[in-house]
Amino acid sequence: MLKKNRLWFRSALLAILVVAVGYTIYNSMNEESGTYISKGDTAPNFVLTDLNGKQVEFEDYRGKGVFLNFWGTWCKPCEREMPYMQRQYEKYKDQGIEILAVNVSETNVSVKNFADRYRMSFPIPMDKQREVTKAYGIGPIPTTILIDKNGKVVERTSESLSEKKIISFMEKIKP
Amino acid sequence: MMQTITCECGHSNPYGTSLCQACGKPLTQDVEILSSMRYEGSARRSQTYKQTFVDKIWNFFSSVKVGVWLIVIILVAAAIGTIFPQETFIPPNVDPATHYESEYGTLGLIYYLLGFHNLYGSWWFILLLGMLGLSIIIASLDRGIPLYKALKTQRVTRHDQFMKNQRLFSKSSDVELDEIKYTLESLRYKVREENGNLFAEKGRFSRWGAYVNHVGLIIFLTGAMLRFFPGMYVDDILWVREGEKASIPGTSSEQGQYYLENNDFILEMYDKEEKKFNSALSSVDGEVAKNYQSNVTLYKTKENHTIGAEPELEKVKSGEIRVNEPFKFDSFALYQTDFKLNEFYKMSFELEEKATGNKFGKLTVDLHDPKKEYDLGNGYKVKIEEYFPNFVLNEQNQPSTVNNLPDNPAFVFSMYSPKTPEGEKAFVGIQKNIDSGENLFKMSFAGIETKDLTALTVRKDHTLWIIALGGIIFMIGVTQGLYWNYRRIWIKQNAGEVWAAAHTNKNWYGLKKDVEFLSDKTNLTPLEEKETASK
Repeated sequence: MLKKNRLWFRSALLAILVVAVGYTIYNSMNEESGTYISKGDTAPNFVLTDLNGKQVEFEDYRGKGVFLNFWGTWCKPCEREMPYMQRQYEKYKDQGIEILAVNVSETNVSVKNFADRYRMSFPIPMDKQREVTKAYGIGPIPTTILIDKNGKVVERTSESLSEKKIISFMEKIKP
Repeated sequence: MMQTITCECGHSNPYGTSLCQACGKPLTQDVEILSSMRYEGSARRSQTYKQTFVDKIWNFFSSVKVGVWLIVIILVAAAIGTIFPQETFIPPNVDPATHYESEYGTLGLIYYLLGFHNLYGSWWFILLLGMLGLSIIIASLDRGIPLYKALKTQRVTRHDQFMKNQRLFSKSSDVELDEIKYTLESLRYKVREENGNLFAEKGRFSRWGAYVNHVGLIIFLTGAMLRFFPGMYVDDILWVREGEKASIPGTSSEQGQYYLENNDFILEMYDKEEKKFNSALSSVDGEVAKNYQSNVTLYKTKENHTIGAEPELEKVKSGEIRVNEPFKFDSFALYQTDFKLNEFYKMSFELEEKATGNKFGKLTVDLHDPKKEYDLGNGYKVKIEEYFPNFVLNEQNQPSTVNNLPDNPAFVFSMYSPKTPEGEKAFVGIQKNIDSGENLFKMSFAGIETKDLTALTVRKDHTLWIIALGGIIFMIGVTQGLYWNYRRIWIKQNAGEVWAAAHTNKNWYGLKKDVEFLSDKTNLTPLEEKETASK
């Protein structure tokens, strides 16, 4: 084999392997963050009925920054962050931000009591059949997904959020 | 242009060759012939050129030492990965970020941070496997191709020094060449003749065994890698209540989303009274399960189904799932994995006047969707003020719920009647009925309905056949290299004498038997083992 051919062959083989392994690692990283939807993806559309019986369709919020929170009344960290979310919602809702607090498979009675207690004024879509929870690959709750005005996922976290963190999130997705 | 070394026999060898590919003459001084025989004294391709960056990487991975170290590192990492449970085996709905630290302390935290909790998915483990794959490919190419060329170009007539330095060697005079040829052929050697010299070989293909099994390994690793590619591999779990439909994870596409209905979950036990099983089961305490079965129906939504919207379902097919008998559709299989019997589903109560025992109507609460208010007519009604699906008293001694599963339902009811228009409150749970003591009415328990749940593993695996193919090729290569060996015998006329030499890559015992047979049948001097050769 000529020297030039050999270099080409070696470079090509190394390049193929680097690309294949790189792509595998890239995919494995995505999977780690809780399966399907993660940073950089377009958040899939969904339709749910909220606590007040109103249809909430995700796509209707295009153009706004969406703070998508998955929660349950029985989950302590969720309960902790609710008042912060409510306070910041009041500040940011006029700046093009919406909070959607998707409740994971609970009854209207429980959620209504909870929402009244914390005076939650943002929409609470009720994911009774866990369809959205499954499609978004939600593991532990609370999980918060930040979506910018173009429908792209900016951040995804399963931490219990401090008020400071919520403010920084709001600033991130402000259109 | 490539530098070459021309041997006195006329063959031109690549730079770095230690034994001439054609005649076997040592091309450099102080070359140990016997130890060079592993790769026929051929030049490892990488060692010849060291100019470019690409070549340097190539040389690094060409080293067997590097390959062995990679294997050692991978093995050690895999062993460490068994110290604490993998992420798949920790309870669902706990955050691994905190779970490992709280369960196993600082070591657990380190374990988590380094990615040992999800070893096969961690970037550095995949990188290590990728490097091992690269090492296998490069090391094989660098050795396999020159070996192939050397074995292909080898001549019948070998250099004196090559002959003399073989481990088995003898000199004789006055031999019948045809007889030798005939005997070797009877031992199923392939014999070539050139100027009164003989070269007999057998089992050359066994030398390719190592390369075949490396090809198998590469295919195997490729299959494992493809599991991370979208659409190739799904492994998920699906819980469905009897009589309910649930979307099947991983089956969403533009053509729609699959749903599964659980028509019935069946758990059958062996009958201890039955004669056939009587003696076998008498030593067992409790029941022995005979069958776990889910009867299911598969549905599919229309195209462009929006997640969460009420699905418009079309029935696809029905089937039964038993252990080891999955339900298959498209490229998916659903396996019976787990179950939960008698989950509370509906609870019934009656409104009762304490003093008289008179009842004023019955209400049934769907524990997954209780109503706010139940009107019993004639001015009697009941409101649900609070609902705790899985009741517990929390740290502050407040009633609360552990989770959203109705395993221990409890309610705060308000009861209204013409006598008590302001309403009376009572706390009612399983075997609990607490009020202020002054209530005229109470909620009396009137029955419960339950449902079974089935858990199914949802699996799709497009990589299995690739992994199986890799495994089969690997085994073929191993067999090829282990159960056969490459035996060679040279006979050379040398100034009135006849020199004989023999070599094999393994199983010297077998080769010795061959040459003994040869000297028995002919008047060839028995070949003797060189004493110095063993070193």
